Amino acid sequence: MNLKSVLMGGIAALALAVGAAEAEGVKVGMITTLSGGGAGLGVDTRDGFLLALKQAGDAGAAVELVIEDDQQKPDIAVQIADKMIQSDNVDVLTGIVWSNLAMAVVPAAVAQNRFYLSTNAAPSALAGAGCHPKYFSVSYQNDNLHEAAGAYASEAGIGKIFIMAPNYPAGQDSLAGFKRFFKGEVVNEVYTQVGQTDYAAEIAQIRASGADAVFFFLPGGMGIAFMKQYAESGVGLPLVGPAFSFSQDILPAVGDAALGVKNTAQWSKDLDNAANKAFVEGFQAEYGRLPSLYAAQAYDTANLLLSAMAKADVADADAFAGALNAAEFDSVRGKFRFGPNRHPIQDIYIREVVKEGDVLTNRIIGVAMTDRGDAYADQCQN
Amino acid sequence: MLLLAEQALNGLQYGMMLFLMAAGLTLVFGVMGLINLAHGSLYMIGAFACAAVAAATGSFWLGMAASLAAAAAAGAVVEMAVIRRLYARDHLDQVLATFALILFFSEGTRWVFGSFPLYLTLPSALSGAVTLPGGLQYPVFRLVIIAVGAAVALGLWLLITRTRLGIRIRAGEADREMIGALGVDIARLYTIVFALGAALAGLAGALVGSIQSVQVGMGEPVLILAFVVIVIGGIGSVKGALVGALLVGMTDTLGKALLPGLLATVMDPSSANTIGSALASMMIYILMAVILIARPQGLYGARA
Repeated sequence: MNLKSVLMGGIAALALAVGAAEAEGVKVGMITTLSGGGAGLGVDTRDGFLLALKQAGDAGAAVELVIEDDQQKPDIAVQIADKMIQSDNVDVLTGIVWSNLAMAVVPAAVAQNRFYLSTNAAPSALAGAGCHPKYFSVSYQNDNLHEAAGAYASEAGIGKIFIMAPNYPAGQDSLAGFKRFFKGEVVNEVYTQVGQTDYAAEIAQIRASGADAVFFFLPGGMGIAFMKQYAESGVGLPLVGPAFSFSQDILPAVGDAALGVKNTAQWSKDLDNAANKAFVEGFQAEYGRLPSLYAAQAYDTANLLLSAMAKADVADADAFAGALNAAEFDSVRGKFRFGPNRHPIQDIYIREVVKEGDVLTNRIIGVAMTDRGDAYADQCQN
Repeated sequence: MLLLAEQALNGLQYGMMLFLMAAGLTLVFGVMGLINLAHGSLYMIGAFACAAVAAATGSFWLGMAASLAAAAAAGAVVEMAVIRRLYARDHLDQVLATFALILFFSEGTRWVFGSFPLYLTLPSALSGAVTLPGGLQYPVFRLVIIAVGAAVALGLWLLITRTRLGIRIRAGEADREMIGALGVDIARLYTIVFALGAALAGLAGALVGSIQSVQVGMGEPVLILAFVVIVIGGIGSVKGALVGALLVGMTDTLGKALLPGLLATVMDPSSANTIGSALASMMIYILMAVILIARPQGLYGARA
């Protein structure tokens, strides 16, 4: 056998192997934030996703995962998405934490016939008229947790409230969602810069506002910086927020200043169901820390993907979309189904920040909304 | 009224922080004729040194001392290893070399400390808020930053006007060949000035890191403003750096605090905020442009 035929044989074998892998598995591109002030969110997203694949054994091994750091920058996220679609030829994209990045990536990705499964960001622009049959939000629609916080604040008898969020799509969705269900008076509505680290000017406005309470949505490092400075400021008004502002990635850095604060979420680590137990225990065993909301959402996303892979081939896009839409997997949230715009219909809980031993964490104290869909579903025609 | 007073204090605190950055930058530029883009990295090194030492020893004060020491040491090493070779070269070479230092320090810090931000806990004596005359509550630590900035300004003024080192610094600014000929060890003088500037940047980093967060790349946004400050104040003038820093701090904070509120009376909050904060961040540059038209050498600049 001469060298040429050996090479040809090798190439043929490789081609067969590659072909076989493509027929069976699904190639997933994960774009998430692994550096800077938002790194905690992306790391939990990645770890939750990987844990689900690991626990699924052989089925999980059929998922070929490429992970890249978007540095929380839309331009970098777009570059990574282009590379994943054009060179890596992924079937499914996932993992984006921030709605401004999602707006930059998702419409182009689904237009190029890739599935996008959102582990977190779910801007209103993609839930209504901009919905797409290949775009699924496994987390929520952006407004949801804020709507629940608004409903809760009204019920708790808060009359005048100061509301604040970063100026990007999720921040605008946040305040819109809060106001949709809040019946009291909003005394001031402030938008901060994304990635802002100094909140002295906003805290001065809170102090002067005459409000009874403060609602704020500041995910990741923004929330840590605000909470630390708020605790130093001596303002002391009660705080209300979505889970993002008091998530497991934020609490250790904030410390006791967060104790007793009420926040809203569709998941909590004390939800009593078998899937959640396996998730929380598995996560702690694997990574030695408590999982956050972001980890739970990514874990559900991976399990949704695996459930669809068991039923349909990703090459048959319609069948695969149908299998995803059926959402036949054991969610850590207990019950989970998709609404007509492929966003979840689910319960949203009220949680309280408590101390378990030395560890700050959240505990469910009530239900804010039952079987909540979203405000945009009826505008979705696709 | 209290709101305006609090925002003015915020502006003063921000200005003092900028002054700590700009003082070192303007000394190095004025005395050594060097554009040092890596000044922001020294700020970051100070913050990381403070966070690391405070976490290891549990003492915030040791952390503060470490921030000064680490930034000064890093400054001295950088001056002797890299900067010294650049004095005779033109500004473009200096910009390229010090930009490379930014990349070097950022990646090095990421390698040692990781990509996660670090957070400092303030000692109980400096945490919480105090009630000022007039009934305004204000965080103690922000008052400390204002006091430290004022002390540094006074200290630098004494150093430059009343000490032998100060005379040499001023002489070096005026004519570096002549003071070399008079027997002053100019290489040592430059190392000292550079280390002094680095220590001030490190101190600023540690102070700001204590109320915000300590992370890779935290120095570059501040560096840009520090350059604006020294251009406004006049290159090489510490007094100019102080006045410029306070002007920029006040303009930026009051602009950001007042403009969105004013605009919100005529449009919706989201766009009022976008336009307001865009206008507010432009105000600094408008201020710079106006001052440069009136006084091209800056407010206290000696040379045109």
